[in-house]
Amino acid sequence: MPKVLRADNMNKCLGCFTCMLTCAAVNHNNHNLAKSSIKVKTRGGLQSKFAATICVACKEPACAEACPTNALVKRPGGGVKLIEEKCIACEKCVSACIVGSIHMDYDRKIPIVCRHCGACVRMCPHNCLSMEEVSE
Amino acid sequence: MIGKDFIRVLYIDLTNKKADIQERKDLYKYLGGVGVAAKLLEENMKKGVNPLHERQPIIISIGPLSTIFPVVTKAVATFISPHTGEYGESHAGGRLAMAIRNAGYDAIVITGKAQKPTYLVITDKNIEFKDARAMWGLDIEETGRVIREREPGPGKRSIIRIGRAGENLVTYSCVNVDTYRHFGRLGIGAVFGSKNLKAMMIMGEEDLPIANLKEYFKTYQEIYKKVTQTDAMAKYHELGTPMNIKVLNSISSLPTKNLLQSTFEHADDISGETFAEKNLVRKVSCVGCPIGCIHIGQFRREFDKGFEYESISVSYDHELIYALGSLLGIKTTDEVLQIIEEVELAGLDAISTGVVLAWATEALKKGLISREDTLANLEFGNTMEYIKAIDNIADRINEFYYTIGKGLKEAVKKYGGEEFALLYGGNEMAGYHTGYAFALGQTVGARHSHLDNAGYSYDQSAKELKDEEIIDYVINEEKERAILTSLCICLFARKVYDRPTILKALNAIGINWNDQDLTKLANDIFFTKLKIKKELGYSLENYKFPKRIFETPTMWGNMDEERLNRLLKMYIERVEKEYEDWSRGK
Ligand code: SF4
Ligand code: SF4
Ligand code: SF4
Repeated sequence: MPKVLRADNMNKCLGCFTCMLTCAAVNHNNHNLAKSSIKVKTRGGLQSKFAATICVACKEPACAEACPTNALVKRPGGGVKLIEEKCIACEKCVSACIVGSIHMDYDRKIPIVCRHCGACVRMCPHNCLSMEEVSE
Repeated sequence: MIGKDFIRVLYIDLTNKKADIQERKDLYKYLGGVGVAAKLLEENMKKGVNPLHERQPIIISIGPLSTIFPVVTKAVATFISPHTGEYGESHAGGRLAMAIRNAGYDAIVITGKAQKPTYLVITDKNIEFKDARAMWGLDIEETGRVIREREPGPGKRSIIRIGRAGENLVTYSCVNVDTYRHFGRLGIGAVFGSKNLKAMMIMGEEDLPIANLKEYFKTYQEIYKKVTQTDAMAKYHELGTPMNIKVLNSISSLPTKNLLQSTFEHADDISGETFAEKNLVRKVSCVGCPIGCIHIGQFRREFDKGFEYESISVSYDHELIYALGSLLGIKTTDEVLQIIEEVELAGLDAISTGVVLAWATEALKKGLISREDTLANLEFGNTMEYIKAIDNIADRINEFYYTIGKGLKEAVKKYGGEEFALLYGGNEMAGYHTGYAFALGQTVGARHSHLDNAGYSYDQSAKELKDEEIIDYVINEEKERAILTSLCICLFARKVYDRPTILKALNAIGINWNDQDLTKLANDIFFTKLKIKKELGYSLENYKFPKRIFETPTMWGNMDEERLNRLLKMYIERVEKEYEDWSRGK
């Protein structure tokens, strides 16, 4: 069964950004946290709770629908897969995703989309994140 | 820069609102952090000029491993300390190191003075000098909020700022870093204030490609495992450093009531255990650290009759519970947190503030100063009066507060009471009355911090105190720590980052250093700092320890003044000789 990323335990979050570091490194070969697909931030200053912006793995992904070149294709279990060669960096997917999960990598001229690979989950020291089994 | 052989320095000139960027190959051999920051200070400082003169620089730097390896979280600041007049160095966690890294710099040098209150915005794409006139006078929290609301980039940015104490040039004012961390000691807040620099926001999306992902990530995971799955760092996550309160109390080493005592009858009431049970609401981390050692405590305050409460969260640590707790005779965790809050909002260094107030309490009792001076009834245990006094310090409200705003050293010059002024090397005492190694260590340390060489740790672990061994320890430990701090590794991770681990991490990102290189670096940093200090007129000849430290027992019983003086002499001789060899070797 396919798995998708969940961030259901963000009250436990330390704000260490290890998840982001890991995602940026293993998926985007980069040290800059701006390249991460998961985005942890506060709700308003460090005195507030942490929240994670993640791809919620839509079964009917608006991002893919908005893509004029079919560069985003449905992924089994929800969410999308990016076919880089087809992407023309029009940024339509960015505004189509209403949870704000997609942002652009302007250096490589492609959107940064979550692969639901679970690398971030494995490196979170506080088990804030998980991978959930879902049907296709 | 990662993967390059230079240090990328951003120079900011506040007077002319100009910036310059230089790629400095010659600095590469100092790695980063303290090494680079000390070198840049040496280059940019002005001898014989007031520390608060606009020509004096502020330097902030990070290291090659910053943020990209676990627990490499600190940014290092150097400056001329308005508090001691000597070498100033301070370390802060939070998000600053990440932000500087992502903006694409290794170090920032700030000089000049803005015409009007200003805040700086530094990103990978821009440098802006913005109007902060409306923020002048605002506390730490409000300043942070205003900038958060005005500027983009939540999650990616770091906001550092000063409070009233820094604006008013109190020589132990701090710079608050991302709400819960600080450039605490030695008065960098006043240096910001003297430049009309209220705050800085830093962020960036600079492309930082990884040269060898396999090598890097393998090493990253190994270190991550050591950090999270061994007990090397467990204590920092659990009770945190406040676990020391009970430990030190049980061995007569917890400075209490201006060190009239080294045990506290209420130690259990303000122990790490009690904080955890009664007040702890969450733990947070600096960016890149999976530990979560920042303990946030909450207390509620009745602001009106009829069950009208507000709840306040502040971070607490051993040093704060000591300086604003036991040293002032404060008996409950809620009250300690209240005092911490006041110190935080004003932007003061917690240790110096507590020690100055403890001295003032005794000075008032002894009649060296009067109620007209203090405007508050300072007595051990009286929380509300201390809170008033803290505000008065930040505002420098009268001549007395103006004077103590220059630190305890200046206060005793004017009012006396040197015998019970808890000063080591001109800096207020940290929270360990453990014995000779601590007393010597804080005095001789490059920045007169207990963390320079951890003498307290020798006192606590030695089976027997031996003079030669103390000298060796204090010198060697300070040199080893120079390696850690040049890499900006959090000192809590010192057990994780032994030399082989450090070399592995460096090698994994293409810096092919070996053990001898590290030894050389340690020596170069140690003596570069000493050279800076000497140029600023520093000397420990004729140094006098305060009488009080000999009157109150340590875990080793009462210290003997002669022996401590002898140790100091031995230390000076050893280091002077090494310094000469080092100078000649160049
Ligand atoms: S990127 Fe956004 S729109 Fe696309 S699948 Fe994920 S959550 Fe849905
Ligand atoms: S699941 Fe994979 S791609 Fe998605 S945020 Fe986590 S690490 Fe990144
Ligand atoms: S790794 Fe876990 S604890 Fe750290 S920021 Fe991410 S979700 Fe929070």
